[in-house]
Amino acid sequence: MGNRLLALFVAAALLLNGCGRHSADSVAGAPPKKILNFGNGTEPQDIDPQAVNGVPEFNIILALLEGLVSYDPHDQHPIPGVAKSWEISPDNLVYTFHLREDAKWSNGDPVTAQDFLLSYKRMLTPSLGAEYAYMIFNYVAGAKDYYDGKLKDFSQVGIKAPDAHTLQITLTHPTPYLLKAMCHMAWFPVPVKVIAKFGGLDRKGTDWTRPGNFVGNGPFRLKSWQPNQRLVVERSPTYWDRANVKLDEIDFFPVENANAEENMFRTGQLDITSELPPDKIPFYKRDHPDQLRIAPFLGLYFYSCNVKRPPLDNVKVRRALALAIDRESLIKNVVKGDEQPAYAVSYPGVAGYVPRARLTGTVDEARRLLAEAGYPDGRGFPPLELLYNTSEGHRAIAEAIQQMWKKNLNVDISLHNEEWKVYLDALNTKNYQLGRYGWIADYIDPNVFLDLWETGGGNNDTNWSDPEYDRLLAASRAAPNDQDRYEIYQKMDAILVDQLPIIPIYYYTRVHLVSPKVKGYWPTLLDMHPWQYVDIDR
Amino acid sequence: MLRFIARRILETIPVLFVIVTVTFFMIRFVPGGPFTAEKAVTPEILRNLEAHYGLDQPLWKQYFNYLGSLLHGDLGPSFKYPNRTVNEIIAEKLPVSIELGTEALLVALVLGLTAGVFAAARRNSWLDYGASGLAMVGICVPTFVMGPLLVLVCAIHFGWFNASGWYTPADRVLPALTLGGYYAAYIARLTRGGMLEVLNQDYIRTARAKGASELRIIFRHALRGGLLPVVAFLGPGIADILTGSFVIETIFQIPGLGREFVTSAFNRDYTLITGTVILYAALIIALNLVVDVVQVWLNPKLRFE
Repeated sequence: MGNRLLALFVAAALLLNGCGRHSADSVAGAPPKKILNFGNGTEPQDIDPQAVNGVPEFNIILALLEGLVSYDPHDQHPIPGVAKSWEISPDNLVYTFHLREDAKWSNGDPVTAQDFLLSYKRMLTPSLGAEYAYMIFNYVAGAKDYYDGKLKDFSQVGIKAPDAHTLQITLTHPTPYLLKAMCHMAWFPVPVKVIAKFGGLDRKGTDWTRPGNFVGNGPFRLKSWQPNQRLVVERSPTYWDRANVKLDEIDFFPVENANAEENMFRTGQLDITSELPPDKIPFYKRDHPDQLRIAPFLGLYFYSCNVKRPPLDNVKVRRALALAIDRESLIKNVVKGDEQPAYAVSYPGVAGYVPRARLTGTVDEARRLLAEAGYPDGRGFPPLELLYNTSEGHRAIAEAIQQMWKKNLNVDISLHNEEWKVYLDALNTKNYQLGRYGWIADYIDPNVFLDLWETGGGNNDTNWSDPEYDRLLAASRAAPNDQDRYEIYQKMDAILVDQLPIIPIYYYTRVHLVSPKVKGYWPTLLDMHPWQYVDIDR
Repeated sequence: MLRFIARRILETIPVLFVIVTVTFFMIRFVPGGPFTAEKAVTPEILRNLEAHYGLDQPLWKQYFNYLGSLLHGDLGPSFKYPNRTVNEIIAEKLPVSIELGTEALLVALVLGLTAGVFAAARRNSWLDYGASGLAMVGICVPTFVMGPLLVLVCAIHFGWFNASGWYTPADRVLPALTLGGYYAAYIARLTRGGMLEVLNQDYIRTARAKGASELRIIFRHALRGGLLPVVAFLGPGIADILTGSFVIETIFQIPGLGREFVTSAFNRDYTLITGTVILYAALIIALNLVVDVVQVWLNPKLRFE
């Protein structure tokens, strides 16, 4: 009886299996379709670049839309996109883009300068509530006033379309990294005529992003979207460079659970995963190094100090704590992703910039500093609580550092975890002492780690403020060239290492699985991959 | 009977109203909002975002606006997914949860009842010990262990199934087994207990004395009474299977409502939280009502009370 049941079960399984484990896409004789199955983390909020803010959304939008400039697939420097060329005025304030004539929307309409102008106007419309509006109004002349409602006439804003294929952008101050920032989806065009048909330009979440309605200008077009199941894009027949697009289709799978994702990779359901659970890294290193991809990633993991709360109001305490962390051991034994230990704030080697400032000192020096601060051998050290968001990984790191501080400084700290939004709220309202933080760059420039610490900056949750730092930041924005600008950044990095409003711990790496069949998916600092270059052996 | 049902339905209205009100206000007092993000948006952008969704209005006004649209059956837009409404999300995801729940329930009933009846009929035999032992294991092993184990064996080792997803009919097998197996264990124990109690009753002895066959005694006379504890369990059990499928839906990447129910709270997606809470509350109330009616029908003693 038992055997028969088992046999029945297996037979049923095999039968069901036959009905569709791998959908048969190839017709006899025709070459198999090149389909990339991509683990994309979470379900996209939407695919309107002006209504979203996450990486999974950006991954999809990168397939569907194309900006004036786009990422080089190897090192992500800006290369021509819809704009075939551009000129920059001698004062570095006016950018003139020349659009290619053969750029088309997926409905066949030409992509014009007017489309870009109206897209940016939509982005800056206050009632739309676009989260990335600052990516434009931080740089473009008059854009902030228009966004704030002080300026009603959009023709006063520094965006002009003198003819169908010329777009002129005027800035408030020279921004040497503008083109890099323009690779971001915040600068992508949207099909304004189509959006207008579906309920108005200043409304979010209308039906224009549904399959059948969506119109884009990217290398791929939207084929289907089943929420929480998969979103499929297929090669666009109207893309100007369609001859060089290699994949027929990309299936984006919103798999939130890293273990489920790894299982799907092993059964061949996914070709690329979005992450890999840290405890599986040693296994892949040993048995499948060809599938494991560990690449530098432009982000910093750090502990943020609330400098208004004792004992962290004392720079000697901050310095003692920063020196008493054994970063190499932490990375080797706890984080395990071959991360780079961080002894400064700026990422070394980003766009040719290497910070000279470096956190140096022994544990003995840390003890001496702590004694100077009034806590010899940790005696009388006030209660200190480390806040982090609930997660196995962050807890393991926090526990390791707690141990290091106990061992090296004889200081006891308590750990406190909170659910994600409660934790963010505590940081934003500065209702914490010491908090875990991570910062991932939006574009490749040293500026991304330095402008955070401006007095009153939206993401400066440290309460730290330094007039000299603010002055240098302002000066860096007016710097005529990268060399001068980087010299200013050196001084800013030195101030940060001296004052330590944050305790840098490590620079991120991207750890995930990539099938050896995947080609043209090069490791990049932002982990962005223009899809037209990606290929797969099928 | 009809009066009893009508009264129970009328009673649900104030209950649901209280649930809506409490949920509406409680989630708004939790720290963090729908637009709290790691990369903080500038204050002017936050203001515009809140205005876009009417969150800039006083709370009492938001509350009455919400009640107003609720009366029209409109649960509002989702904050997290701007291009979908809560109604749409529920309409899309609830059928998936119901499908998974139904399949799991079938697994649970078939396995659970069979094991329970056999165990009771062959009390203290190896069959009883085997079934009871297995049921114990089923209760003790949580679904988040059982699920990955099944995936490891059936999907990765033998390659019979996809590791996760909800694309083909075969994708239903492992989740239904994982979720159903857990409840099968409960049902087996309850059935065994209920059956044993009934089998000791006088009327069973009478049936035996009159020469009824063992099969007839079990299925004709004992089962109806023996099932009472199972039926009582099924009401909250079904609701539990539907709401509690969060873990299964996460392990197997199933696009069901159980996952939305939990993640909406993490996302502070106010309208989606309230929408799913109302739905689940209504579901639990309705299922309990059905169970009460079935119990009365199964047990003549209750009819006089």
